[in-house]
Amino acid sequence: MSDHHPHEETTTSPYAARIKAIEALLVEKGVLTEPEVQDGISYMEARSPANGAKLVARAWIDDEFKTLLLSDAKAAASELGMEPEHPAEFIVVENTPLVHNLIVCTLCSCYPRAILGRPPDWYKSFEYRSRAVREPRSVMREFGFEPPEDVEILVHDSTADARYMVLPMRPPGTEDLVEVELARLVTRDSLVGVSVPQASEMTRGT
Amino acid sequence: MTYKPGDRVRVLPSDKPGHVRTPGYLRGKAGWVESVIGAYPNPEDLAYGLSGLPQHYLFKVGFRQADLWDDYEGPAEDRLCADVYEHWLEPGDGGTT
Repeated sequence: MSDHHPHEETTTSPYAARIKAIEALLVEKGVLTEPEVQDGISYMEARSPANGAKLVARAWIDDEFKTLLLSDAKAAASELGMEPEHPAEFIVVENTPLVHNLIVCTLCSCYPRAILGRPPDWYKSFEYRSRAVREPRSVMREFGFEPPEDVEILVHDSTADARYMVLPMRPPGTEDLVEVELARLVTRDSLVGVSVPQASEMTRGT
Repeated sequence: MTYKPGDRVRVLPSDKPGHVRTPGYLRGKAGWVESVIGAYPNPEDLAYGLSGLPQHYLFKVGFRQADLWDDYEGPAEDRLCADVYEHWLEPGDGGTT
């Protein structure tokens, strides 16, 4: 399920060749220009899970910001200097001691790209998309997270015009950490909900 | 708009062909309106280069997992929410609260 194998392309795959051919045709037909393609790449590369981690860490230390993040996530992102412009809504859902959230897009691979950049490969896989809605607890277990039986699992299938991110719970034992240290605990997987932040992430020097 | 939070709804059992945003596993299933997300151009028309207008209301609809899958693995409280356009919903009275 998880894809911790590096995917190094040493030769051009048929898919990459096809994309390059389509891009060349679009440029030739005047639908796209090279600078527009470069702008698109820069836009995506400027976004990463670090943005999500910043939003979460601020919400953990600032209740007013947390309220804003849960009611108007785009405004909260703008407040931290991010550029969440995207036609789709951006909705943050909160994990609590009673409810744990998991995000999936069964129809394609909708993901809050304007904030987090490109989704991980496993998020786009047919296996994750089909199993996350049907057996979410098994999927989380495979990511190393055992959701307690008495915690309700709430799966969000982002089928249309909203993109979702999870606000995980602040792990115990992090009372002395400052904001930037807290942000380091927040993994990309915990923003999707397949796992939760661990206080021990600190020592791994990520 | 037709529905408000708390209303019982059912997803139409339609098998409309082409680009749709209502996944097959929800067709015919009963749930409730969790919230109103907003109104947007209909993506089922946008996909074919049409305007998608007038805008359609989009609802966050909640379901009990046990109502979706006969052999669901977890507790009966587990839920699933999906975003469903108004034209895919009808008033319903089934489903577990």
